Amino acid sequence: MTYLYIGKKRRTKEDPRFVMGRGRYVADVALPGMKHVALVASPHPSARIASIRTEAALAHAGVHCVLTGEEFCANTDSLQIGVDAPEVTRWALAHGVVRYAGEWVAAVVADTRALAEDAAELVEVEYDPLPYVIDPEASLEPGAVLVHPAHGSNVLYHRKFVWGPVEEAFEKAEHRIAFRAVWGRNATVPIETFGVAAQWDAGTQMLDIWASIQMPKFPDQTARALRLPGNAVRVHYDVDVGGSYGVKRGIKHTVLVGYLAKRLGMPVRLIEDRLENMRGGDMHGPDRFFDMQVAFDGDGTIRGLKIRAVDDVGAYAGRSPLQLAKPVTAICGPYRIPAVEYEPTSVMTNKTPQEAVRGFGQSPTNFAMERAIDRVARHLGMDRIALRTKNLIRKDEFPYTIPSGSTYDSGDYHAVVDKALAAIDYPALVRERDAARRAGGLAGIGISTCLEPSGGNSAFEVLFNPKNETTTWMDSCLVRVDLSGAVTGVMNTSSSGQGHETLVATVVGEVLERDPAAIRVVRADSLTALPSNSPVGSRMAIMLGGAAAGAAKKIKAALLAIAAHNFECSVEDLEYANGDVSLKGAPEKKLSWGQLVTIAHRNIHKMPPGMEPGLQEKFVWDVPTGGDLPTPEGRIQIYPCYAFEAHVVYVEIDRDTGKPSIRRYVCGHDCGVMINPDIVHGMTYGGIAHGIGAALYEKFAYSEDGQLESGTFMDYLIPSAFEVPELKIVDHCTPSPLTTFGQKGSGEAGYLGAPAAIANAVNDALEPLGVSIDRLPMSHAAIWERIATAHDTGSPTNEAGKR
Amino acid sequence: MTETLNAITVEVNGVPRTARVPARLSLVDWLRDELRLTGTHVGCEHGVCGACSILLDGEPIRSCLLYAVQADGHRVTTVEGLAQPDGSLSVLQDSFCEAHGLQCGYCTSGLLIAAQALLDANPHPSDAQIREAIGGNLCRCTGYQQVVEAIRLAAERGAGKITP
Amino acid sequence: MKAPPFEYARATSLAEACELLRRYGDEAKLIAGGQSLVPMMAMRLLRPAWLIDINEIAALKFVAVESEVVRTGACARQAVLERDATIGVRMPLLKQALAWVGHVQTRNRGTAGGSLAHADPSAELPLVAQVLGAGMLLRSAKGARKIAAEEFFTGPMSTAMAPDECLEEVHWPLWQERRTGSEFTELSARHGDFAMVSAAAQIALDSEGRCVRAALGLGGVGITPLAFPGLTARLVGTRLGENDFEQLAREAAAQCDPGSDLHASAAYRRHVAGVLAARALRAAHGRAESVQ
Ligand code: FES
Ligand code: FES
Repeated sequence: MTYLYIGKKRRTKEDPRFVMGRGRYVADVALPGMKHVALVASPHPSARIASIRTEAALAHAGVHCVLTGEEFCANTDSLQIGVDAPEVTRWALAHGVVRYAGEWVAAVVADTRALAEDAAELVEVEYDPLPYVIDPEASLEPGAVLVHPAHGSNVLYHRKFVWGPVEEAFEKAEHRIAFRAVWGRNATVPIETFGVAAQWDAGTQMLDIWASIQMPKFPDQTARALRLPGNAVRVHYDVDVGGSYGVKRGIKHTVLVGYLAKRLGMPVRLIEDRLENMRGGDMHGPDRFFDMQVAFDGDGTIRGLKIRAVDDVGAYAGRSPLQLAKPVTAICGPYRIPAVEYEPTSVMTNKTPQEAVRGFGQSPTNFAMERAIDRVARHLGMDRIALRTKNLIRKDEFPYTIPSGSTYDSGDYHAVVDKALAAIDYPALVRERDAARRAGGLAGIGISTCLEPSGGNSAFEVLFNPKNETTTWMDSCLVRVDLSGAVTGVMNTSSSGQGHETLVATVVGEVLERDPAAIRVVRADSLTALPSNSPVGSRMAIMLGGAAAGAAKKIKAALLAIAAHNFECSVEDLEYANGDVSLKGAPEKKLSWGQLVTIAHRNIHKMPPGMEPGLQEKFVWDVPTGGDLPTPEGRIQIYPCYAFEAHVVYVEIDRDTGKPSIRRYVCGHDCGVMINPDIVHGMTYGGIAHGIGAALYEKFAYSEDGQLESGTFMDYLIPSAFEVPELKIVDHCTPSPLTTFGQKGSGEAGYLGAPAAIANAVNDALEPLGVSIDRLPMSHAAIWERIATAHDTGSPTNEAGKR
Repeated sequence: MTETLNAITVEVNGVPRTARVPARLSLVDWLRDELRLTGTHVGCEHGVCGACSILLDGEPIRSCLLYAVQADGHRVTTVEGLAQPDGSLSVLQDSFCEAHGLQCGYCTSGLLIAAQALLDANPHPSDAQIREAIGGNLCRCTGYQQVVEAIRLAAERGAGKITP
Repeated sequence: MKAPPFEYARATSLAEACELLRRYGDEAKLIAGGQSLVPMMAMRLLRPAWLIDINEIAALKFVAVESEVVRTGACARQAVLERDATIGVRMPLLKQALAWVGHVQTRNRGTAGGSLAHADPSAELPLVAQVLGAGMLLRSAKGARKIAAEEFFTGPMSTAMAPDECLEEVHWPLWQERRTGSEFTELSARHGDFAMVSAAAQIALDSEGRCVRAALGLGGVGITPLAFPGLTARLVGTRLGENDFEQLAREAAAQCDPGSDLHASAAYRRHVAGVLAARALRAAHGRAESVQ
């Protein structure tokens, strides 16, 4: 299939406004008379609030209000939670007790942010410190301090899924290994913090919201918590979001600011500063350990897998426990593994709450899985690539159904691996590594082969909470052609850098054969919008792309119908080219785009009877494989499409300091048909960089006394251009049979395999020393500690030459 | 308590701007909130991310680490001042579009400032020099790959010296 | 993250700065480049009532390479020193160290004097000052005095400067030996971050290759930057080899008293101190040897 615009190198629609400095982010929204919020945060990980005195703060210049949890919680509803735990309530402001250091206790509204901060310092809060629990394993112990005593336990979710004959596989297998892999608490940490501005109009009784948001059901949840009808909240989606990658879910911020704006009758905004963002912004990501067991035969055939995953969600939960559910849909990775046991546990501690992070729990799982594959190879003395090649699902096996009931749509994993190895010149790389080792260095090659499930519905909700039967997860697009013949696409959510305007324009241009550069794409607000579930789960190329194509196809059909009516022929007799319609075999019998548009808008006498005048079509569609509830064993299909990535990375480690340096990086990537390759590549590069951070640098670290130690950009280490090396991506294309153009998702690409590959590379480098490291991030100090424990001082061994 | 206001005159993108500012107002807050030059962004307010980069007397600095009052008598160039006199994109800006050296755009103004300063001083930088010049600008979207490509492209196309 | 309110005074001369300091005493803080001060104020860790801006004092920005010393005004920007060709040739240690200081944008504003006065024990320039035995010319309304780096650095973020004193000049001694080599190296999590450990070494050789002078310093492993004159004195008169570097580095590391933090334990820092010390000595020696 060749396309006019899809897959071509084309400039994006969004870039020009950003390079001019003309983006419109939430902090750029200036409402007349707008007031500013600063927050008072708890210094304690757990405490009873004995009293709050606000007089001094209220007396400070420019202060309009000091709001505490007492009033706020009485007048708003608790935020929603993804699992069935009604006692685990959560509001933006603590009421009665605080459950983590940094939790918001009071909000101060003043004329400027500086004045609000001055006054926040004057709010006097008296705390009675309470016992707390920071370590997730301690939190699971009987008798542990309870984060939410009313819930009766620190466990938010636990279940043991068994798919296939797991015990039998473990009994019959020739070999078994067990190990623990630990994923450090990190997050996407966008360079823009979360921000929201709100304005209540007493005349229309409507709350207008501008927010830096990427969140499904955001307007509905805001309205519900504020006890307003859904149509009294209008969220403006034409706000540029300065990066999100999952975490921009400032629902608590928004309910707080919405409440203040309504209560004060003034526009109010809260732009988190970086300290608030890191400590109290509730955007930390998975904090997880895996107890992995693998059963396999001497020839490398993997027979079964047992995964116990414990995830520390912190002190409250929104959708975060569901980050243990997405991995169900790719539980055996890209491998043929017939029997899997999966035991996820979501546990609370007195830490900052967790939010959705790029990959929704998949990257940590891929890391554990890929460490397992490398450990199996090492156990057997088998080549890591040969082991993967043996177990990877073959291209002729698709569609392939895994034990947990999900069917992978398509792929050619072996081809992608081969391309990646060729691109990095693998034999030469092995020689380079071995030469480095012979020279006394520590050098390693890491490989990971991982999946990106994409375009899913939200059925992990019902998987983890049978009371929540959400299976619909639609997206939509409206396409209109105006009287001048210009085309406008209307999308129904905000974007945070994924290029959705380019996506819509490209797809609509492709279908209508009109230049995408001339197609404008705008965003409805939440009251004028068609339904959308926002850009989560690598879904927009699939879902918004599909919706835009669907709407454009309806426009095209309308044009054909108009022409057929005027030529008194059937649609099958007509030919559509670049917007003009002509009679097959008689090109002079033609109605041009302009003429057809004019008929649609002005000449109802030339319109087919019963046809709507004007030229606008909407298309709403649901996830192609969506709709089924899980089986009693928890088998489920959530994601229709599965993209694949194969990372190959070369790392050298300074033996004396443990400092790793990434020397070469190649990622083979197959996400089906790419709508705009520059955009796909960009997101993949960014995902890899984030993965480098997760593997080597980034951690929300807590001290034993429950304080966040990495609450600034000086201590939370986002990789810079010094740490991220030159990256190379090699594309492969296996179209998805389920989507409009064969596209799959790619918004989480790179991040899903990078931490695994880097961990494998570091471990390959450490292998001659006989030590390993399975805990991320692998700080310089942590790597050095492993080196220091090695008995063997690392003379080149017979490992050299083994790939 | 009212704060003392200090009279300042700063040449911003070639235009003298006067104001009376409290001493604690950072340059970036003044540019954004008072002059409404919102192209310069705030990412950390503690000097690490580089999103707030501007040129002060032609040199790239972090505008969150300067009080507006300190800029009195100096020249400031923001991303809004990078375009060509007729308002069209500069070679560097155009190269960022061509190479898709950005995604969400939030770090982009800072990167453009850092890159323009580099090219002003060194029209043909190596990749290592490009990475050195942007090493103080954190970007979470791009992994820097297409940013480096964009700056390389701009250098090839002679991004030239455009800063006043 | 907005600073608490303060009053601003722009000094146009050193005398004026001193007069303001005299008037406001410890209510006041001098601001030079502000690259450390401003974030601390934004986080409200520091709350001066007065900020005295010395950035506009032209007389504090000079760089003068003299026969025995490089004199730099307290407000000379780090980037200016880094780009100064003469410093690059005559005092390469300073240039080597500057490459590790923050990033381009912070060096364009940050000053060498400000970094010394801030006295972060893991910062690069205080280590260079300590290793070379730089002299600090301090001025107050009462007059001037000069003290050596050794007395200047008194603890983490603290110096021997009185509240009414201003750093006026830094005198970086030039070694006269033709065959002098130096090296600055450090380990940080990311490039441009504060060092977990830094090491600086300078070695001068005679024409026979015997050591005539040596200096070694370590940063980030004590309450001030550390120099080891007692240890390096032993090298004088000898031909240095790998064992000397290792031995000296080991002893220097043993004298360190590092702390633990999020990024590195005390044990790791001490270990790395030994590693970097040996590397710095080795590289400095190699450079000295390469001078014919
Ligand atoms: S906002 Fe100035 S460096 Fe981050
Ligand atoms: S483009 Fe989004 S942070 Fe750089």
